[in-house]
Amino acid sequence: MTDRPHLAVIGAGPAGLAATVAAATHGARVTLLDSAGQAGGQFYRQPAAELRAHRPQALHHDWRTWERLRDALEAHVGAGAARHLTDHHVWFVERHPDGFTVHALHGPEQADPVAVHADAVLLATGGYEKVLPFPGWTLPGVITAGGAQAMLKGTLAVSGRTAVVAGTGPLLLPVATGLAAAGVEVAALVESAGPKAFVRRTRALAAQPRKVAEGARYAAQLLRHRVRTLAAHTVVEAHGTGRLEAVTVAALDSEGRPGPGTERRIPCDTLAVGHGMLPHTDLAETLGCHLDGLTVHVDDEQRTDVPGVWAAGETTGIGGAALALAEGHIAGRSAAARLGGGAPDPREWVAALKTRTRLREFAAALDSVYAPPAHWTEQVTDDTVVCRCEEVTGSAIREAVAELGAGDVRTVKLLTRAGMGWCQGRMCELAVAGLAGCELTTSRRPFARPVPLGVLARQHTHPTEGGLS
Amino acid sequence: MSQPLTCDVVVVGAGTVGAACALYASRAGLDVVVVDRGSVAGGTTGAGEGNLLVSDKEPGPELDLALLSNRLWAELAQEFGRSVEYEAKGGVVVAASTGSLTVLEQFAAEQRAAGVVAEHVAGDALYALEPRLAPGLPGAVHYPQDAQVMPALAAAHLVRASGARLFTGRTVTDVLRTTDGTVRGVRTDRGDIHAPALVNAAGTWGAGLAALAGTSLPVLPRRGFVLVTEPLPRMVHHKVYAADYVADVASDSAALQTSPVVEGTAAGPILIGASRERVGFDRSFSLPALRALAAGATRLFPFLSEVRAIRSYAGFRPYMPDHLPAIGPDPRVPGLFHACGHEGAGIGLATGTGHLIAQTLTAKTPGLDLAPFRPDRFPEEAV
Amino acid sequence: MRSPLDLAGARPGPAFTVTLDGREIEALPGQTVAAALWAAGVTSWRTTRGAGRPRGVFCGIGVCFDCLVTVNDRPGRRACLVPLQPGDAIRTQEGTGHDD
Repeated sequence: MTDRPHLAVIGAGPAGLAATVAAATHGARVTLLDSAGQAGGQFYRQPAAELRAHRPQALHHDWRTWERLRDALEAHVGAGAARHLTDHHVWFVERHPDGFTVHALHGPEQADPVAVHADAVLLATGGYEKVLPFPGWTLPGVITAGGAQAMLKGTLAVSGRTAVVAGTGPLLLPVATGLAAAGVEVAALVESAGPKAFVRRTRALAAQPRKVAEGARYAAQLLRHRVRTLAAHTVVEAHGTGRLEAVTVAALDSEGRPGPGTERRIPCDTLAVGHGMLPHTDLAETLGCHLDGLTVHVDDEQRTDVPGVWAAGETTGIGGAALALAEGHIAGRSAAARLGGGAPDPREWVAALKTRTRLREFAAALDSVYAPPAHWTEQVTDDTVVCRCEEVTGSAIREAVAELGAGDVRTVKLLTRAGMGWCQGRMCELAVAGLAGCELTTSRRPFARPVPLGVLARQHTHPTEGGLS
Repeated sequence: MSQPLTCDVVVVGAGTVGAACALYASRAGLDVVVVDRGSVAGGTTGAGEGNLLVSDKEPGPELDLALLSNRLWAELAQEFGRSVEYEAKGGVVVAASTGSLTVLEQFAAEQRAAGVVAEHVAGDALYALEPRLAPGLPGAVHYPQDAQVMPALAAAHLVRASGARLFTGRTVTDVLRTTDGTVRGVRTDRGDIHAPALVNAAGTWGAGLAALAGTSLPVLPRRGFVLVTEPLPRMVHHKVYAADYVADVASDSAALQTSPVVEGTAAGPILIGASRERVGFDRSFSLPALRALAAGATRLFPFLSEVRAIRSYAGFRPYMPDHLPAIGPDPRVPGLFHACGHEGAGIGLATGTGHLIAQTLTAKTPGLDLAPFRPDRFPEEAV
Repeated sequence: MRSPLDLAGARPGPAFTVTLDGREIEALPGQTVAAALWAAGVTSWRTTRGAGRPRGVFCGIGVCFDCLVTVNDRPGRRACLVPLQPGDAIRTQEGTGHDD
């Protein structure tokens, strides 16, 4: 098998799995690196094996697709065409004239260096939640919508008894129904988009019958679990001492501002909040890949503008699991063909192409429906913590802009420390950009994960240690 | 077209040197406008560590400038101290071998003669200063005059305190001159600014501004990386670096030079430098350089092996062929003053530079002889 | 009332003991620190280094670094990622988690 060209796929979510299977089926040798203990990414996150869940499909929909992918991966691994490195946290992809080295950290401390040499890399690094700050959002018990889902799917854990699910976006529906099915009382689903937003996009949304059916299924489940949906509403504050005890929600007027007198208080111990998704693009940026705004730019074959680097899934544009599967398939096919020295024939994956086109249109329609409330920055008070890691408040950011001449996210960061903490701005830079009134451009994060200095130092003296080909 | 602005002096560059020029010129009674195509601290200042050092300078004009600057920083600290995270922490320069210790002590003796406070420390005294240093080091020199500041905060607060009009996001496209070649202002992409004096504080990009003024200044970029760790309690108490750092600074090689420099910050993370290489303005990250930094730092402080780097950033020091900045009037272009080319010492030397520029702008005799810093001291480049 | 374990038909092996600030709590095989603490009704296990405010899980997927906790004397571990072993000692982390 070692005479086959070697493709490193980073990320074992829908895009990475589809890519691995497609590439291995068509002549490439694949090393799939992923940070979790099992494949699946966020969308197909599985309960830890030791929990011995006999009915994991109860936490998922589209289980059959996952089974097919999982089985195909296992078959390729068994045949020696693919290798799946679990618990490998990739922090850097190094480019050489003749290939790439993928640097990862392994082990319970994420301190053991591993280097994988490959002829090409495929970035399927997924996305993470976008959350806009509001007063009280740092209280324990306030979690991201995706985080609530990840804790539930991965460790069968919930944080309390009564939840409010809030924010905006298609993710709120499965989170609310998932929590309800798991025994949490979901007091309300608070969606800032209003009926008008949906009506404006009816044609685009109705053009996806599968998605319409999916939406209807969620609506039925919400009804069954007696989850009240408050559309065109937003959480204006989270309350509690030491932990969450209640939220105040308000109706949004036609301008997207909370209407005075519309506030009501909902007791809860969990608030699962999210305003959409952001792509992980650190590895791509460090490789020099061009970005379109916040997402990695790719051509029709899912190639970035750096030779030998493909990208698929949320990292090239937020659009959900089905889109990621289609993009991953195309990327895997393209990589296998190109690495084999041939030019791929797109007619061989015409179904995936159609799916990709359709779902990209759908994602664009959803984006316009699920835009956060236009005036969300007005809800951020002087005392509201904006950068969670460094505890930088709204007033510090506003002062940096108004008094110290900061006109972009980087300068606000330098002057206030917003974005300099552990998470390196992933949670707050969008909010900082909004408060500073400027465009968000991604910050460069050469280390996609924290790296022990001893690991870096050892590689200085032992550059080939821990290397796999 | 908007009415042109008028002032006494335009400072191009809102980094620490430009900010210091604005502050001292303002306080000398001048009406100052500061222009930058980016943000405050958008250039090298934003990538600096904030070193205010006398320890790494050999006797000569740069050391004299550093001694002056450190005194001025200490004065400014009375006004700004906390807001710019000023720390009079002192520096400890460590020798890895008895041979390099001898060289270091000789160097310190020469510095002492020039006014630097330098104390030999070895054994218990060294480890009392820095308990977490690697064991078995033969000795070091302690420089109590070394200090640290947060560079971006310094630039922002000095500019604000100067009262100068600040125009960020505004690019200078031309230098306006009278028929006899005297400066009369600048043209920007958003209107003209008229002034009889122009200060080039554009740092690593100073050559470009000099060219717009019809003259030349051989500033070149010298790339450096800094590693930033997770937040920690105070574990490194001084600015600590290896004795071979001075040789790196003085080197003319374009190849990668690294020498460990380690310091804590008020905010918590430890900063690790220092690398130097001449690769133009290439911003891509070099893993070999970062590894060399980590290796050097963990050799000095073994506890750092378990500490995680969460970030790294690159910056371009403004490098001049003789390692001295250009400060003062440009005899080739009346009305043009330069304040750039400080290599890795810009933050530390900013106050002295600003003070001297203010003196020359107001026709006072500068407190230091500016001859070694003359901008026209290099042979003209063939065009 | 249904629980997530019921929903997924989970039949893990026997629970084991870990400690939180010296107090014994139960954990199931496969649970992360965060999951076990949630099950024990604990939603915060560190205080921030500036204002000393309580934090626990936020993003749940290892991206936000809010859930940092000290496990077996090693500070700064993400509770949502670290799987528990019998006898593990979890400690509330104050500030950086390193002793001054």
